Amino acid sequence: MKAAYLYSLIAVVVLGLIAYAGVEAAGLDVLFGVIIPYLAFIVFLVGFANKVLDWSKSAVPFKIPTTMGQQKSLPWIKQNKIDSPYTTGQVVIRMLLEILLFRSLFKNTRTGFSGERISYKWVIWLWLFAILFHYSFLVVVIRHLRFFAEPVPFFVNFLEQIDGMLQVLLPHMFLSGFALLAGTLLLLVRRVFLPKIVYISRPADYFPLFLITGIAVTGLMMRYLAKVDVIRIKELTMGLATLQPSIPEGGISGLFYVHLFFVSILVAYIPFSKIMHIGGIFLSPTRNTANDTRARRHVNPWNYPVKTHTYEEYEEEFRDKMKEAGIPVEKE
Amino acid sequence: MAETPKPEELFKNIDHSVPEEPWEDVPPDLSPGRFAYPTKPKNLEYLGMPMPTKEEWSPADEEWPIPDNWKEIIHEGFKDRLEKYRSLKIFMDVCVRCGACADKCHFFIGTGDPKNMPVLRAELLRSVYRKDFTTAGKILGRISGGRPLTKQVLKEWFSYFYQCTECRRCSVYCPYGIDTAEITMMGRELLSLLGLNINWILEPAANCFRTGNHLGIQPHAFREMVDFFCDDIEEITGVKLEPTFNRKGAEILFITPSGDVFADPGTYTMMGYLLLFEHLGLDYTLSTYASEGGNFGLFTSSEMMKRLNSKMYAEARRLGVKWILGGECGHMWRVIHQYMDTMNGPTDFGETPKSPITGTVFENAAATKMVHITEFTADLLRHNKLRLDPSRNDNKVVTFHDSCNPSRAMGLLDEPREVLKAVCNNFYEMPENTIREQTFCCGSGSGLNTEEIMELRLLGGLPRANAVRYVHEKFGVNMLSCICAIDRAALPPLMDYWVPGVDVTGIHELVGNALVMDGEIERTMDLRFEPLKEETEEDADE
Repeated sequence: MKAAYLYSLIAVVVLGLIAYAGVEAAGLDVLFGVIIPYLAFIVFLVGFANKVLDWSKSAVPFKIPTTMGQQKSLPWIKQNKIDSPYTTGQVVIRMLLEILLFRSLFKNTRTGFSGERISYKWVIWLWLFAILFHYSFLVVVIRHLRFFAEPVPFFVNFLEQIDGMLQVLLPHMFLSGFALLAGTLLLLVRRVFLPKIVYISRPADYFPLFLITGIAVTGLMMRYLAKVDVIRIKELTMGLATLQPSIPEGGISGLFYVHLFFVSILVAYIPFSKIMHIGGIFLSPTRNTANDTRARRHVNPWNYPVKTHTYEEYEEEFRDKMKEAGIPVEKE
Repeated sequence: MAETPKPEELFKNIDHSVPEEPWEDVPPDLSPGRFAYPTKPKNLEYLGMPMPTKEEWSPADEEWPIPDNWKEIIHEGFKDRLEKYRSLKIFMDVCVRCGACADKCHFFIGTGDPKNMPVLRAELLRSVYRKDFTTAGKILGRISGGRPLTKQVLKEWFSYFYQCTECRRCSVYCPYGIDTAEITMMGRELLSLLGLNINWILEPAANCFRTGNHLGIQPHAFREMVDFFCDDIEEITGVKLEPTFNRKGAEILFITPSGDVFADPGTYTMMGYLLLFEHLGLDYTLSTYASEGGNFGLFTSSEMMKRLNSKMYAEARRLGVKWILGGECGHMWRVIHQYMDTMNGPTDFGETPKSPITGTVFENAAATKMVHITEFTADLLRHNKLRLDPSRNDNKVVTFHDSCNPSRAMGLLDEPREVLKAVCNNFYEMPENTIREQTFCCGSGSGLNTEEIMELRLLGGLPRANAVRYVHEKFGVNMLSCICAIDRAALPPLMDYWVPGVDVTGIHELVGNALVMDGEIERTMDLRFEPLKEETEEDADE
């Protein structure tokens, strides 16, 4: 599937060029600075809500937790409360660990053949890349709240202080931007070089990674190389946030519009893509149901009567044989 | 069908490299030996299931006997299930193809076939879902991962949804908990709408519907078989047992898979249960009507599962028992633990299960009123209610195979181990990534333990066998214990092939050996009529 990632890469480059040319050559500042961001945001909100509503409309006929530890049974047998949750509280803990720490992914192993033995080695790389990617993305997103609120919320400033730990050595440097780029590239490298992963990957797997790479690269360029006019950018973003959009006097560099366009595309793309795992994880029945089905009845909303073979029908067919074998019957 | 190659050769030929062409373009291998036989019309007819032809047909045929409007049937069936199962909808939407599941499947490890990676098994359905049910898929087609439903896709479904044992191992590692068992179940339900399913599943289901058990054992024969075990028990222990059948007013109804009545080594496990109940003086009865613990309906459709399962509660109610005790079986316990009360409850008989021997109340089974035999026995051991001589199992060096369903759909992990450690002196665990919730399937679960796909089964069972081989060589393990009737049928040929010198046993066979019965004669033989003081077979393999 080499074509898959080439197409995705080309698609992202072309999108970037469109935004750059659109603003620099065609003067479409309003389109790329106001209209598209608003549209993207609306598509995101409506699409996301729709998807989650659509999921929740489907029934949960059975409780089907994947149990990954000892069930609650006899009092002296120690229950694994996280991996085999019995109460809602325990389910919540399991879900939090899954959502915040990617606990299942942490268990990952690699199967290897050595001589006549098959071995299963604990491997942490995918988990590590995923954590790096998701958390740096989160920090970057929170940092960007500075562009949409005045005064800047205290937690944004606080986070920036932590994020800028290395500023003693390198002035004005935030770790998160570089971490995001590194995390994205590491995930991309897996998809480009590991044959099995290449084989299962589709354009829909490469596209968001290239897009996010584009977002990170343009972001880092603006901050560390191109030195765009941050005051004007904030003027634009505050305008968007307060529903009084305007293009600042004197304009902003095309690079910024490329960045904004990438972000718009990503945001609008989320509801229609695998990125919906953000919402899906909360509703996954193998993780969010309790392992208590023998103790507490779970109701299936569409449970319907089925054709069974009753005891009477059974005895009717076998009565003589049963009597002969000394098995009690209802009707002599 | 070709002869199965020698183990070394089969092992050597496992190839994990990926093909040149994309998986969508690789046709499924439906040559003889790679598929299970389709269901005989008489079984479909008996169960009232879709049956497009009364003729014999083979999946190797170019044209399959499916109705003209097959696409419509599948589409409507898919739509219906997306509304009925949130699991399906979520699992269709959220996979990011991270690949964590890829090498977790025993069939992938054994065959190297990329479509046995759980992620691709699910993509077989997902690609059609995208094309038919998502906006992006309708517009973008293949770029967004959609593809039209064609006859080749249908053949692919048939091939790969019957190369999955619904063991749920992949769902342990999936960051979103995507459970391929759900995918496979849905895939099989859809295929069944066209009358496409396999005889090894539907014949037992039809038998079970009629006679109460998969093997089609009629009531008188069922009794004869159990009586026959009692004769054996008398010969070995000197104790005469008189189990009852369909007895009203018994305190407990005991239900176990019919495999335990039918074939070695399950029969020895059955003898173990009978000895245990005699030892306790338990007020219990067996039923010929509910004479099956297992449920091949689970491998067909949720409706068939419910139809077959209904007998348990119906019989408990008719006989007026207080609660139900269940024998050692894997998928049986998935049905009982996660589905039974929801499908056929709420229970309208009896009370919360309480051990008449120890007084322990099984609160964890308050709703279903059904207790697993190892829970029951572990409780007896805790309260010192059993007289045991574990040295009678000294000629056995034992390891334990966690069956998929009790481990990953129930969490029954320590109960069987407590029992094992009490009844035998030599017990060794297999490597940790192959036991408990990470256990490997026997390779024949979910109705795939049929002869015609033996090579596939041996490949699917390889990871399990390889871990047994490790403890066989390291500790001299010669006995593989398990709590599943399909295991007891499927593991012996698997062991004979990959790890000769290892036998298979249920836990309660070992219990039966160790139990010191009132009035017993001096025990010189185990329940297999093999001498107790035999030399260990440590030199058998080296």
